[in-house]
Amino acid sequence: MIKLDAKIPEGPLAEKWSLYKKNVHLVNPANKTKIDIILVGTGLSGSAAASSLAELGYNVKAFCFQDAPRRAHSVAAQGGINAAKNYRNDSDSVFRLFYDIIKGGDFRAREANVYRAAEVSNQTIDQLVAAGTPFAREYSGYLDNRSFGGVQVSRTFYAKGQTGQQCLLGAYSGLIRQIAKGKVTMYSRRDMLDLVIIDGKARGIITRNLVTGEIERHSAHAVILATGGYGTIYYLSTLALGSNPSAAWAAHKKGALFANPSFVQIHPTSIPQMNDYQAKLTLMSESLRNDGRIWVPKAKGDKRAPNSIPEEERDYYLERRYPAFGNLVPRDVASRAAKERCDAGYGVGDTGLSVYLDFSKSIEKQGKKAIENKYGNLFEMYNKITGINPYNEPMRIYPAGHYTMGGLWVDYNLMTTIPGLFAIGESNFSDHGANRLGAGSLMQCAGEGYFVIPVTISSFLSDEIKTPKIPTSHPEFEKAEKESKDKLHKLLSINGKQTVTAFHRRLGKIMWDHCGMVRNEEGLKKAIELIAKLKEEFWKDVKVPGALNELNQELEKAVRVADFFELARLMCQDAINRKESCGAHFREESQTPEGEAQRIDSEYSYVAAWEYCGEDKEHNLHKEALKFENIELKERSYK
Amino acid sequence: MNIKLEIWRQKDAKSKGGFVTYPLDGVSEGMSFLEMMDFLNTTLIKKGDEPVAFEHDCREGICGSCSLYINGRAHGPAHETTTCELRMTKFRNGDRIVVEPWRSKAFPLIKDLIVDRSSFEKIMQAGGFISVNTGAAPEANSIPIPKNHADEAFDSAVCVGCGACVATCKNSSAMLFVSAKISQLALLPQGQVEAKTRVQNMVTKMDDLGFGNCTNTGACEAECPKGIKIANIARMNREFICAKMGAQKMSL
Amino acid sequence: MSAKKLNSKFAHLITKDDNFKKLSINFFIFTKISIIMSNSILQYSSITKKIVMALVGLFLLMFLLVHLAVNSFLIFDPSRTLFNEGAHFMATNPIIQTMQYVLFGGFILHIILGITLQIQNWMARPVRYKMEGWSHTSPFSKFMIHTGIIIFIFLTIHFINFFLVAKFGEIPSFGDTEMEDMGLLVIQVFKMPGYVAFYVIALILLAFHLHHAFQSAFQSLGMNHSKYTPFIKGLSTVVSVVIALGFILIPLVIFFSSRYQA
Repeated sequence: MIKLDAKIPEGPLAEKWSLYKKNVHLVNPANKTKIDIILVGTGLSGSAAASSLAELGYNVKAFCFQDAPRRAHSVAAQGGINAAKNYRNDSDSVFRLFYDIIKGGDFRAREANVYRAAEVSNQTIDQLVAAGTPFAREYSGYLDNRSFGGVQVSRTFYAKGQTGQQCLLGAYSGLIRQIAKGKVTMYSRRDMLDLVIIDGKARGIITRNLVTGEIERHSAHAVILATGGYGTIYYLSTLALGSNPSAAWAAHKKGALFANPSFVQIHPTSIPQMNDYQAKLTLMSESLRNDGRIWVPKAKGDKRAPNSIPEEERDYYLERRYPAFGNLVPRDVASRAAKERCDAGYGVGDTGLSVYLDFSKSIEKQGKKAIENKYGNLFEMYNKITGINPYNEPMRIYPAGHYTMGGLWVDYNLMTTIPGLFAIGESNFSDHGANRLGAGSLMQCAGEGYFVIPVTISSFLSDEIKTPKIPTSHPEFEKAEKESKDKLHKLLSINGKQTVTAFHRRLGKIMWDHCGMVRNEEGLKKAIELIAKLKEEFWKDVKVPGALNELNQELEKAVRVADFFELARLMCQDAINRKESCGAHFREESQTPEGEAQRIDSEYSYVAAWEYCGEDKEHNLHKEALKFENIELKERSYK
Repeated sequence: MNIKLEIWRQKDAKSKGGFVTYPLDGVSEGMSFLEMMDFLNTTLIKKGDEPVAFEHDCREGICGSCSLYINGRAHGPAHETTTCELRMTKFRNGDRIVVEPWRSKAFPLIKDLIVDRSSFEKIMQAGGFISVNTGAAPEANSIPIPKNHADEAFDSAVCVGCGACVATCKNSSAMLFVSAKISQLALLPQGQVEAKTRVQNMVTKMDDLGFGNCTNTGACEAECPKGIKIANIARMNREFICAKMGAQKMSL
Repeated sequence: MSAKKLNSKFAHLITKDDNFKKLSINFFIFTKISIIMSNSILQYSSITKKIVMALVGLFLLMFLLVHLAVNSFLIFDPSRTLFNEGAHFMATNPIIQTMQYVLFGGFILHIILGITLQIQNWMARPVRYKMEGWSHTSPFSKFMIHTGIIIFIFLTIHFINFFLVAKFGEIPSFGDTEMEDMGLLVIQVFKMPGYVAFYVIALILLAFHLHHAFQSAFQSLGMNHSKYTPFIKGLSTVVSVVIALGFILIPLVIFFSSRYQA
């Protein structure tokens, strides 16, 4: 029986981390060189962790499915990275940042972890700047900040609309330096297929070389997953097509609990789907809502061109419903409101699944030049993709699956329920509760990679200094390798009629319809049935061409989609279980009379951590109660 | 619309490759180029053929995974656009579209349209970093950086490492890629300490890997999806001259 | 003078024993220098090659300007006095004579470098594209080796016709002076229509070559600036056109004008 212990250190909130660091068991430098660490995923958190651990002296083996670590999907973060530097003298502080994250996450995150994330955020900025990240600066030469996501201070550091790319390249430069030194061995173009557990501890992984198709064994004293989120479960999302939960899912099936899987953030301003072949949705930065007004026609099914709809026939529904925040309500609220209008038949575009984001008023007021200075590159991007010039005609936008707050359950050490298996970055569940604030993702990823995991991993490794190198000839490796191979062979042998993508698209539709922005018990139950049916069909009728021992992109996709079916079911189960609305999770059964989210703190103030109990079996629920000792639980209101 | 694709097919690095023609009907103008390729692959799989292997990931022009030499141009006919951002509106009904992999000795072919760009990684490992250990960084605002330098460094840093510069250069030179990184770090005070060894090590590595020489044709600049300028190459040359001569840096 | 006559003159001068010896020794020395240069050039890094190429190129451009100035004397003074004085000065001044060797060295270095670069560049792309790209860049920049080779062929012929003849051949004196009548040789050659046509074509190609080369040299030397580079590019066009036009005008005037008699 698994017992969840978050291992939160004693002491006052603000001192927990320093007390922890004071008391943590260390591994001496000579012993570090004898210890191997496997790190899967080389995005911002993975790269930062790999370089930091290698600098400490550990031997790191880093894995990524891309051809180079620099291509991980951290590159796509646009807006910025938060830190409590208080450079603006606007009364920002670590506590205020901590509070904003907790509140933004609708009080479903663990206080101690969040406080630590806020605490190390300042060091992260120092580190990235030192690594050469060209953050925006003022004319004085000092770092610039902007405000973001409805908080009351300016604490977001940014590099135009490419902050994620620049942060990743900063962390990546530390990684390549260690590769050159031989302290990190880089294995790119590898998919992690399984986790190997020996005597109850994570000791290795099974990978597939995506070029040769070879199945490989890699061993280490500890394994860190930095494998990102699973928003691609909706098929159409803002994520890279390769983003996948398979590594985390393999760990889950081996015993790591999966927490809050149904907490998925739907981003309100994405370019809507244009045709049936579309493979991905492109995000337009949230900052556009600062000057754009969102509206739909007042008449149902009004097919007139937007500019010929007179002012009095337009419904600025966000301004109408939320007079205080207007177009600047948080992401989840804006997303749901758009869905509500479209479902009611007021949506625009051919599909009726989009709303207008109109800049005409701002252009009139501030001039075209001012708007161009602020959003020039975004307008250009929109024009490139849609062929519509947003200076003359409103943009069309619609919400899209974006970020997964849920992930592998970890304790304060960022260790999962499998000893020796750690999860960092988006792949864990720890910091964002039920909803992530803008510019919080880079902050968490970099902070955990640079400053948290190098410290907390020694609490585990200090007991491992006597453990010799782990031989890959161990029967557990053999078993895991065989299982992986069997699964691949099975996929290749089905030889049905439908492509992997066709299944993925159908699964995505089920999830979007029933486990997307708005959920209800009936829909979720139906979704579970549909998923089970689709899964069965998949294993009977999928067609995976090619062979195992070659570069086979269809096989790569098939492995991921096969895992998606299982994860999808768990997401629905989690969503059914949580009968309250909180953050991105909106249950129709739990709303205020005005149609706003209704949290039920008395019953659901816990982390739902799910235990895998075998294929097609219901997961077991473990609850980690959330204790809020430092803040008062409040209702989120944006009226 | 209907198009005729001529695509380079090659089973693996060792096999002999060749062009295969695929007529493709029912392509929609709203598709991106890669969605058109997905569509082609779906038809191929359904027919029992092997799909065409090509690299892609983010599909929003930032990860640098996608490549493809389309009708004689890296990333196709649109300006400052990666292949994944390229729309089929750039083509007409009945068009013949030739799709080739990046061609360079330093980018050996892996399969179909996928090439191995790890030589870029090797160049980066030779010096594309500032040697600061985690935890050793000073307070971020302790080094003010003139805004124009920071902005210029950013403009160089937006390189996505796709390799279009190498693919499009008639000499298969990697100078634009290398110079973008050298420029970024040369423009920042943090990068000064290692500037001299960095430029020499990265250039030496680049030469060893079999990239061609730069003859200032400017094709890289014209085709770079991120609009990186050859002024970076001039800056790298300057850095190199200064490093070799042991001179103080000239600023221009 | 007909082409036949000219050739026989050339044949005559190389059969003359000591001239032949001198020529062979010089040829031997230059071959030796070339081999040493090529060996060290292969060791150069790509950027060093670029930089050397640029410096040598600019040096050769200086030579072209001097050459053009001396040639233009023939236009300003059809009596050939000015030109012959200029030629005499060039042939006897010790500094110019020393520079001659530097110039030869420069040409050889430029050529060897050009060829080395080209071979390396071809090797860098063993498999060519089916559909070659023509991006929006200066078209001349893509044909430097081609224009270069034609200019090299031209230079060789030019070298044989003038330099070797002047150096080792027998050129009549100019009037009563001790100066050789180089002007007459020039006029003789420029009265041959085939030669003039070839000359004009070669110089047009030289213009193409210079059009890219001049501004490219600045880029290679690290001089690129948003303020000045457009000016340098404009200057590049002016320089290439002025040099080519200047050189082309001289044979044309001599060919068509009756004031010049061979």
